[in-house]
Parts: sequence; C-alpha cells; structure tokens
Amino acid sequence: MSLRFFLFALMLLAVLGSAIGVVYARQQHRQAYVELTRLENERDELNMEFSRLQLEQATWSETNRIEQVATEKLGMKSPEGADMVVISP
Amino acid sequence: MKVRARPYQPKARLLVLGGVLGLCAVALVGRAAQMQLFNKDFYQHQGNARFLREVPIATSRGMIVDRNGEPLAVSTPVESVWANPKELLQHPERLPELAQALGIPQDVLTQRIAQRSDKEFVYLRRHINPDDAEAVVARGIPGVYSQREFRRFYPHGEVMAHVLGYTNIDDRGQEGLELAFDSWLTGKPGAQRVIRDAHGRIVENVDLIRAAEPGRDLTLSIDRRIQYLAYRELKSALIANSATSGSIVVLDIPTGEVLAMVNQPSYNPNSRDAANPGTHRNRAVTDVVEPGSTIKSITVAAALEAGVDPNIIIQTSPGKMELAGHVISDVHDHGAVNLTQLLAVSSNIGATKLALGMSNDHFYDVLHRFGFGTSTGSGFPGESAGVLSQPRGWGTLEKATISYGYGLSVTPLQLAQAYATLANEGRLMTPTFIKGGGGTGKQVIDPAIAHNVLHMLESVTTPEGTAQKAAIVGYHVAGKTGTSRKYIVGGYDKRYIALFAGVVPLDHPKFAMVVVINDPTGRDYYGGLVSAPVFHNVMDGALRLMDVPPDHIEQWYTQAPATPAAVAAAAAANADANAAEDLPDAVSVPEAVAAPGAVPAPGAAPSANANGALR
Repeated sequence: MSLRFFLFALMLLAVLGSAIGVVYARQQHRQAYVELTRLENERDELNMEFSRLQLEQATWSETNRIEQVATEKLGMKSPEGADMVVISP
Repeated sequence: MKVRARPYQPKARLLVLGGVLGLCAVALVGRAAQMQLFNKDFYQHQGNARFLREVPIATSRGMIVDRNGEPLAVSTPVESVWANPKELLQHPERLPELAQALGIPQDVLTQRIAQRSDKEFVYLRRHINPDDAEAVVARGIPGVYSQREFRRFYPHGEVMAHVLGYTNIDDRGQEGLELAFDSWLTGKPGAQRVIRDAHGRIVENVDLIRAAEPGRDLTLSIDRRIQYLAYRELKSALIANSATSGSIVVLDIPTGEVLAMVNQPSYNPNSRDAANPGTHRNRAVTDVVEPGSTIKSITVAAALEAGVDPNIIIQTSPGKMELAGHVISDVHDHGAVNLTQLLAVSSNIGATKLALGMSNDHFYDVLHRFGFGTSTGSGFPGESAGVLSQPRGWGTLEKATISYGYGLSVTPLQLAQAYATLANEGRLMTPTFIKGGGGTGKQVIDPAIAHNVLHMLESVTTPEGTAQKAAIVGYHVAGKTGTSRKYIVGGYDKRYIALFAGVVPLDHPKFAMVVVINDPTGRDYYGGLVSAPVFHNVMDGALRLMDVPPDHIEQWYTQAPATPAAVAAAAAANADANAAEDLPDAVSVPEAVAAPGAVPAPGAAPSANANGALR
C-alpha cells in the first residue's frame, strides 16, 4: 500500500513538474521570439540606414560634382602633355 | 370507481427516460465524432482562418553596382499612406485635416475616397519620406495607415539611364538591365504564419512558410568613371555639332565586357514624369545605322581571307567609277593605293574593287562571322540584330555598296564588337554587361589577318589619314572613320551620320570604342572631324583611369620633355604644337553638360517625388 501511494505521489509530482516545465519553456520561447523579432527589425533598420547612406555617398561622390568642386572650389586642372613625365621601368 | 387503469410503474418510466437521454447522448457523441473525425479539416481550417494570418516578409531589391563596387541603383525604404474608406467615411469631419496633412486638395481626396467607398483599401500617397508618413499616421485619423515600400534611386541620373533602365512604382524592372535581370534583383518575398489578436497585433509567430530571399546585388562591367567621361564628351560633341542624337560604346577587348555605353538624348530615371519616350531608347543596342566606311576594315579582312595579296596595289583613278548604271566616287582622286592607304584615305572605289573580287557567299560569310546581321547575345532587352540580307539576292551594285557600308545596318554595339574582334586576334567575344560575364569567345578569322588589318588601321590616325584628331599622345591608335548619309524613304537625304570606330593601344589592345553622332548640322559632318575628337577625349581619360601603360613612349618623349629644366625650355617651343595637337581641356565643359539630371539631394532623397500619389 505504501509503495503504491509513494508511486502515485511521485507520478503526481512528475506531472506537475513537467506541466510547469512546459509553461516555462513556452515563456522562454515567447521571450526569445520577441527578442528575435526585435533584433530582426534592428537588422532591417540598419540595412536600410546603410542603403540610405550608400545612396547619399554615391550622390556626393558623383563624378560631375567632384569635377565641379575640383575645378571651381579647389582650382585644379587636368595635367596636359608637357606637364607629364613618363618614367620607364 | 376505477382509480387507475394502469398501475404506476416507476421502473418503466425510468427506463423510457433513460433511453431518451441515452439516445440524446448517442446523437451528441455521434455528431461530435462526425465533426472531429470526418469533417476535421474543414473545421480546423475555419477555426484557423479566424486568428491565423499569413504575413508577407518584404524583401528589398538588390543593388546594382559598377565594376568597382560603386552603387548605381539603390532601393531605399519609403512609406505609402493608405486608408480603409469604410472606416474613414465614418468620420467625414476629419477629411479636411487629412487632406491638409497629405498636401492634397480636399475635393480630390474626397472624390477618390468616395469612388472606393465599398472597398477596404485605397492608396492616399505613395512613396513619401518615412518621417512625413509617420506625421500623417500620428494624427490618429481612423482608417489611415502606412506601409513600407521600396523606391529605386539612381545616383548617377542620366549618365547611366539607358544601361540601367528603371523600375515601376511597384519596384519591378521596366527597361534596360533592371528588366533583363529583374528576377535576380527582386528576390522572393517570404511568408510567415502568425496569430493575431482582435486589434491586429501579432501575438505569436507560428511558423515560417517561406524564408525571404533578399534580392541579390548585380555587379556590372560598366566603369562609372569612363561612363561619365563618355557621357560628358558625347553631350558636348552633340552641342558643338548641333547634332540630334548619338551613342558611344566602349568595350574591354580581352573580355568583351561593356565598359561604357551612353546615348543622347537621355532622361532622368529618378523622375517618373512622362518624358519623351524617344529619350528612353538605348540607341547603342536598339537603333541601327548604316556603318559607312567603318565597314571597310571588314571588307579588307574578307579580301585577305579570300587570298588577296596584302601588298596589292589598287588603281582608284580617276576617283569615279561606273558600276551597273551608278557612279561610285571618292572624295578625291587617290591614284594607285595599297591596302593601308585605301583605309587611310577611305577609298570607296578601292573597297568596291576588293568586293568585286570576292564571291557573294564569302563576303557575306565574313560579315556574318564578325557578328553583323545577328544579335550580339548581350542579353539587353530590345536588342536589334541589324540588317544584312542574304547573299543570294545581292547584285553587283549591292555587293559594292555593302563593301563601303551602305545596304546593311548595324547597331553601334555590333560595330564595337567587330572592331574588338579584329583587335582580339580574330576572337569574337560576346559583349556582356556583367563583370566576369564574358564567355570564351569564338575564333572567327585567322589571327594573322586580324593583326594585319589592325595595323593597317593605324594609318587612319596619322597625318595622312582621315582621323588625325583620334590620335592619342603616347599610344598607337587604330581606327576608321565613317560618314554615311541618312536613308529616308525614297533615297538618301543630305543629312549625315558621323561614325568613328577605334582600338587602343595597338600593342596590347584594351579598348574598342565606337562613336556614332547622328545628324550633325554644324560646319563639319565627317566622322573624322565630328566623332574622332570624341574618341580621343574619352580614350585619353580612360587609358589614364585604367592605368594602361603607353605603347608609344618615343612619341611621348618628343612631345613632353622628361626633366623639369627641359619643360621650361620646351614650353615656348611646344606652345603652338600643343594647340595643334588638340589636347583636351577636360575642365572646360559647357555648363549645360555638367548637369546630368536632377539627382535627389542626399538627405531628402525619398521625399522628392509627389508623382504617383493617389494612384
């Protein structure tokens, strides 16, 4: 009798334990999922920021703009024939 | 008195009641079993449909970058504001506020929403700055939402417009490489199944149906710097010669990669205004021109292959020749010429005499092998195959005219391909727009013949040739000018197409370039005067940009003294020489040239476009 009672109590505890375990695992999963979603969003935001910055960089570094800045603001010019020196190896 | 006909039988009543209840229970269990076991799928589906939702996972379109990784087309997120008319129409008093927030006239907004009053979705404004969209949604007007979409930006505007093409408002390629590589760039939007609550918030992600495949980046063979140089020079040449349109193609000879391809007139791909559709055409691959004298190098190659002695002397006097009732004439009487002189002075009579010595089939075969009359296989949408009729129908006169470039039509890309083949020791490479996308090529003519013709072509850029202006200090340049009359219905007009096809440097050919300028109406119309200077200016810069070592250093030494002391001494002496040498003054570009379309201001990029609102 005492053995049967003991086994019953053990089973009951095991069932309760696993039930709480399930709840816990579920909670963990939710939290991890929320974290995952947050990180994914952050990644997407950063990617978008990156593409915006690339676009901005491309716009600033546009050849035409560089040419204008070089010639007008910095007073640069292309070297002509006589300004160049060929160094043969 | 009879009290009871039948005695009260509690047991029987109990049985009846029990039986009835039992039947009810059986019916219930039966029905439950029917629903659970036999119609399970249907009910499960109905149940899920009430809280499970499939949500798309958006992907952005891949970037297009040039051969050095510089971005040419970038998608950035923008917001589109939309409304649910059913919800919104319950609060008509807020419409004026909404119209003001969106910057749309109120009657337009009211009408648009009234038209869609039985629907649940209407765009209010598409593709606006995310901050502006947030400001609209933050007003809390019922039934107004925003969603993220992507918009394509082209930082180089007109310069790259024809090669890249553009996308429509739904970010699908419509023209150019955006269309040709649409599926590569688009990626596949993913989907996930989620549980949503009554407010539409996502409670739980149940499973991933399809992982999103983001659009892949595309690395082109185009070099942004050469492309810009070509654009700038073509545009200034068009203005200088009052020409209507033009194209430039630059090919990398060893690989067949397209390094630059520009056309004029161009358009700004960042704006969706309905511009003149003619400006959208990539003329370098879709339009055909008669190649004029530029074809003569192929005629000479065909003659050599047919066994003509490379040292043959051809008599072209007196500069006129009657053939099948037509007169073929040269500009001057060139007398007796060898093949090199024939190309240098571009004698029509010489080319005709060579062609008359060949069979129709052989001449056709060589032209065909050089890629004329067939699409180049570059994969560009709308590419033209050109026109080269079958040799069976050629009469004497037709064969003669084809030998100097009339009666067949080619695209500028085909012409560039043919010259690249001559320079690539007779190996024809399929032109490609993708870095590393070229194949192994196909040997179409004996390397010795190709080499021979190429070196004959160097005479064209010497002072005796028709294109001195194409010469580049320090490099051996081979090329051929062409001037063809424009064909109009009923005959040839007194309007011209000025062409130049060239290769540089001769020792290790790197660039093949074709310049086509259509309808120059200025003082000059010869290819050598209109198109050859463009070749010079672009190649001079491209050789420096790509670090191509000079192959004609002796010439450079005579042009430019090597020591600073000598520079001063020679400066005065060289002053006239330099002027005559026509060195490009790369910095003095007309103002109009230096404005390739309205590129969006960096910070405010996505807000620029009001077009497509309320679409």
